[in-house]
Amino acid sequence: MRKILVHGKVKGTILKSQNPINFLGTMDKKTGIINDKSHDLFQKSVKDRILVFPYGIGSSVGAYTIYSIKSNNSAPLAMVCEKVDLTVATGCALANIPLITVTKDEFSLLENGKEVSLDTDLPNPIIFPG
Amino acid sequence: MELTREEESALKGEQGETMQTAYRILVATGEATDAERLVPIKWAHLSGVNYNTIGDAGEEFLSNISKEARVKVKTSLNPMGFDIDNVENYNLSENFISKQLSIKKSYETMGVMPSFSCIPYEIFENPEEGTQVSFAESNAAIHANSFDKLKTNKESAFSALASALTGKSPYSSLRKESSSKLTIRMKVENPDELTYGMLGFFAGKVGNESVNVSGVGKMDHRSCKSLCGGMGTSGTCAKFDFDKDNPESEKIDFDENEMNKIYDELNTCEKGDLITLGSPQLGLEEISDLVYRLKGRSFKKKCMIFCPRVVKEQATKLGHVDKLTNAGCEILSDCCTCLTPLIKKDEVDGVTTNSIKGAYYLQNSNGVGVNLKPLSKIIEDETK
Repeated sequence: MRKILVHGKVKGTILKSQNPINFLGTMDKKTGIINDKSHDLFQKSVKDRILVFPYGIGSSVGAYTIYSIKSNNSAPLAMVCEKVDLTVATGCALANIPLITVTKDEFSLLENGKEVSLDTDLPNPIIFPG
Repeated sequence: MELTREEESALKGEQGETMQTAYRILVATGEATDAERLVPIKWAHLSGVNYNTIGDAGEEFLSNISKEARVKVKTSLNPMGFDIDNVENYNLSENFISKQLSIKKSYETMGVMPSFSCIPYEIFENPEEGTQVSFAESNAAIHANSFDKLKTNKESAFSALASALTGKSPYSSLRKESSSKLTIRMKVENPDELTYGMLGFFAGKVGNESVNVSGVGKMDHRSCKSLCGGMGTSGTCAKFDFDKDNPESEKIDFDENEMNKIYDELNTCEKGDLITLGSPQLGLEEISDLVYRLKGRSFKKKCMIFCPRVVKEQATKLGHVDKLTNAGCEILSDCCTCLTPLIKKDEVDGVTTNSIKGAYYLQNSNGVGVNLKPLSKIIEDETK
């Protein structure tokens, strides 16, 4: 389902994960690097990317981790999820990181490494260039 | 979500950065929980106080926001990590203590009442029936919706803080009238407070939003608190109905078999090195009852009793604190068993408690074993 949780307008490269993300447990709050060996983004940094992942899991305190990576200039430009969860929603709200959810079909169109623009004020918030 | 002109203006930043952040949190939470608008609330209760849980990121955030932010409605506060009056008994690092005191100061600067209690429903006068409130502590939200005829979402630390700063909260499902889609038929006979805690834990696991329970008789206050604590620990539910059977609701039994499964999950050792009472914190009634039940007997090992500061003060005046101290108890205010930094696995192997909520967190967060018993059995086995 499509929802606009935190408004904003950005342009950037997609970093996509097929796995849910536990911000409190697995993300380094200084560097934005995922340190969970079993995660498909292991050792990757979310910094300045459009982070696409199914949904967040784990403690609601993870919202503070999202605030921290933003304070440490290691945050993604925006987040796009398939399912909404309160930890990611409040974390992005605290840190002022645009956040939307998209349908399953739209989610599958978002490929790792692709350039996209995101503008939450448009009826179709994600635009693929070209 | 439909916002008023004033809410839109705050969201755009026209009323300052703090209001913008607060409204961004309310809108994100509201969209996530399918609220169509915001409603005024009269009381917020905040979680996110214990340095053990919110860490440096939380401490920094609160320190920053407290420079400008001031609460607009009555706002109470969850427990923190220790009781300053006896923290020297517990080998906590100086860093922990100073960060915790910084968090305390930030909340006080914002105008929050320093209640440090997870039982606001017991230490403050409850507003009139149907009042919209915004409670982040799960057992308190469940108690408010189920026993106090108030209305709250199961708020997060952030949505409750945003509610305190704006006096508003998303109008989500639990604030509306609706009937539970699931009925639990209570089949366990002669229940004590531990049974009710396990019933709550079961309800939180199988239910979604709210659960109707049939077949429970009158519960004492200790059992009500235990029921709410159990539910808040295991899931996202935040309301009990009682004997409001909706013919279309799904039915499920809570019997000896289901109870034993939960007992086996949470009871992980045969004996404790110490005893904890409280999670939720004990009220004056429970402390008076404990003094009465002890009848001059003493605990064979240390018994930590967690209660709000105001309750400790009342209990001191009544002479209960002296009696309990002489009986081997330590009375701690401002903190609780749940997520306590005061019980460490390199010092303690196992803890005896009657709290399901306490048991879950002692095992999963502190990493110690838990020996679960009702209070009557604790007194029978652990005093002389």
